[in-house]
Amino acid sequence: MMERVEQEIIVKNPQGLHARPAALFVQIASEYDVSVEIEKDNRRVDGKSIIAILSLGINRGAKIKLIIEGKEANLAFQELRRFLEKND
Amino acid sequence: MIRIKGIGASPGVVKGKAFYFSKEEFFIPRRKIDYADISREIYHLEEALIQTRREIADLQKKISDSLGYKEAKIFEAHMLVLEDRMLIEEVIKQIKNQRVNVEFAFYQSIKKYTQTLRELDDEYLKERSSDIEDVAKRVLRKLLKKDFLSLEGIKEKVIVVAHNLSPSDTALLPKSNVLGFITDVGGRTSHTAIIARSLEIPAVVGTEIATSKIKGGETVIVDGTEGIVYVNPTTKKIKEYEKKRSTIVKKIPVAKSIPSQTKDGKKIILSANIELPEELSSLVTYGAEGIGLYRTEYIFLGRKELPSEDEQYKAYVNVARKVRPHSVIIRTIDIGGDKFLSKPQVPYEFTPFLGWRAIRFCLANPHIFKTQLRAILRASGEGNVKIMFPMISGIEELKEAKKILKECKEELRRERKRFDENIAVGVMIEVPSAALIAEILAKECDFFSIGTNDLIQYSLAVDRADEKVAYLYEPAHPAVLRLIRNVIREAHAQGIWVGMCGEMAGDPLFTPLLLGLGLDEFSMPPPSIPKVKELICELTFMEAEEIALRALNFSTPKEVEKFLQEKVREILKDKFHKIFA
Repeated sequence: MMERVEQEIIVKNPQGLHARPAALFVQIASEYDVSVEIEKDNRRVDGKSIIAILSLGINRGAKIKLIIEGKEANLAFQELRRFLEKND
Repeated sequence: MIRIKGIGASPGVVKGKAFYFSKEEFFIPRRKIDYADISREIYHLEEALIQTRREIADLQKKISDSLGYKEAKIFEAHMLVLEDRMLIEEVIKQIKNQRVNVEFAFYQSIKKYTQTLRELDDEYLKERSSDIEDVAKRVLRKLLKKDFLSLEGIKEKVIVVAHNLSPSDTALLPKSNVLGFITDVGGRTSHTAIIARSLEIPAVVGTEIATSKIKGGETVIVDGTEGIVYVNPTTKKIKEYEKKRSTIVKKIPVAKSIPSQTKDGKKIILSANIELPEELSSLVTYGAEGIGLYRTEYIFLGRKELPSEDEQYKAYVNVARKVRPHSVIIRTIDIGGDKFLSKPQVPYEFTPFLGWRAIRFCLANPHIFKTQLRAILRASGEGNVKIMFPMISGIEELKEAKKILKECKEELRRERKRFDENIAVGVMIEVPSAALIAEILAKECDFFSIGTNDLIQYSLAVDRADEKVAYLYEPAHPAVLRLIRNVIREAHAQGIWVGMCGEMAGDPLFTPLLLGLGLDEFSMPPPSIPKVKELICELTFMEAEEIALRALNFSTPKEVEKFLQEKVREILKDKFHKIFA
């Protein structure tokens, strides 16, 4: 069953998506059999590429869109959202 | 002698021979390849990636073993760069479509991304481009079959001078042979700076010109506390530095389990001066009891827009939670109007700036001040937080600041946000006028913390950064000692306690004197704590009082210093060399 999630999220992680958080994001995304894309300011990149994520310069408070497709899209989305909205 | 100004990224002073570490600039050949060679080029790429992965894994293990798991974490991000699908696909696409050799294709692809990062409006992410370059260079070395040049091979004691040092360069510095380092680029929050601090090696970064002035082999002095480098220093300059007691970088074993109290049981608080959250781990390492000075400037510098209340709250509450049950004294921003929100490259700490800064700036910009006060108050709901105002010169400023604080409390009460109703409010005593009216100020606040660096500069009319008058900067000046004595006396008379967060507090030469004057709290860079504690534990309070009394009878700084040195030698006996060698 193919699932597709497309939703906007405000990044609450205090460091935004910088080196370590970006690495964690990629690690989480890679655990699922899905494609993950991140869109910010009309630029869309591969959410499993750390370089691509860094190049978006996602700070805390940024509004981004996650586009996830694949068998486990909903599950992956839940976990990634939890990660991005975690704010300690 | 050449004097180079940079940013003090890791405190301490050291003199030694310069070692110029130049990273070879790669020459990347561009070749047209045949269709038949495409698979061979891709194979080379895969091979290089595997080798690099192994190399980073080794490095990660080494650093994890020597510095701990946390310091090695950055290499996880490095590994992901190697596995980055987008990057690899891009390289392969270039090889296939443009028919170029793998080295060139890889170089082009990497350049594209590091450039994007460098153009981002974010200091932290700009620094990350050097992480990616670091990984990319490793891969390129493999592709070009170049030997890896590293600092591991240094065989004599040197001061490393480089344009830039990558995290893996600095982390692998052979501690026993590297005395300090100097770089052209970087700021206080760069990996280089943070790792240097955790290694406790003095470092000056952001000099811009160090590598053009130093070629290796010269004698250099690195003053990581002040962010100054001297190349081929004069004998006079060397003597001047040897005289400075605060420059001791010698370490003694950490006695963190021993309580800091005098022989007759007077308890003294030894706390830490910190700036970045990364420094928190050193509190435990050196047995600091809380934070006596938390500088908040780093949150404001190097950015275009002001940090929000929530962002500041997160930063403060993080620190408050980590030091609980001990307290953290948060100093409201000490930035001048001219430096506000500009590049962190400006060493804002050490110039006796007589103008528009600190509390003066805050009172003139109540919206900025209020945002910070509200954030601090909210953090006080979740830990032991105290608040301190810098550069107070008269009672009106303190009253005005307290009035604004009261307004913030009322707002938060209306919003039903949690905070400490009885949050302690302190005054940083760094202007001579404040030291002289300590009696008046003490009636309006809960504690004092003496900022000796500025207090000395203002009292003696000396700008330490000015070569020609720097010799007049004398912590042992009788005038300075009298000001300190007055502050402590008046504070105690009003029933409030006194701390000190300037360099003097961390200089063991002054420990017996300050103890004897009745100082209640000493706040310093965590690595200084063991030395100061050692002295406190060897004295009774009465002995210290006697020393203070006698020290105040001398009429010149030289006599005071000589006397204190003799006393310290007497107290420590055989331990003296351990501390002052």
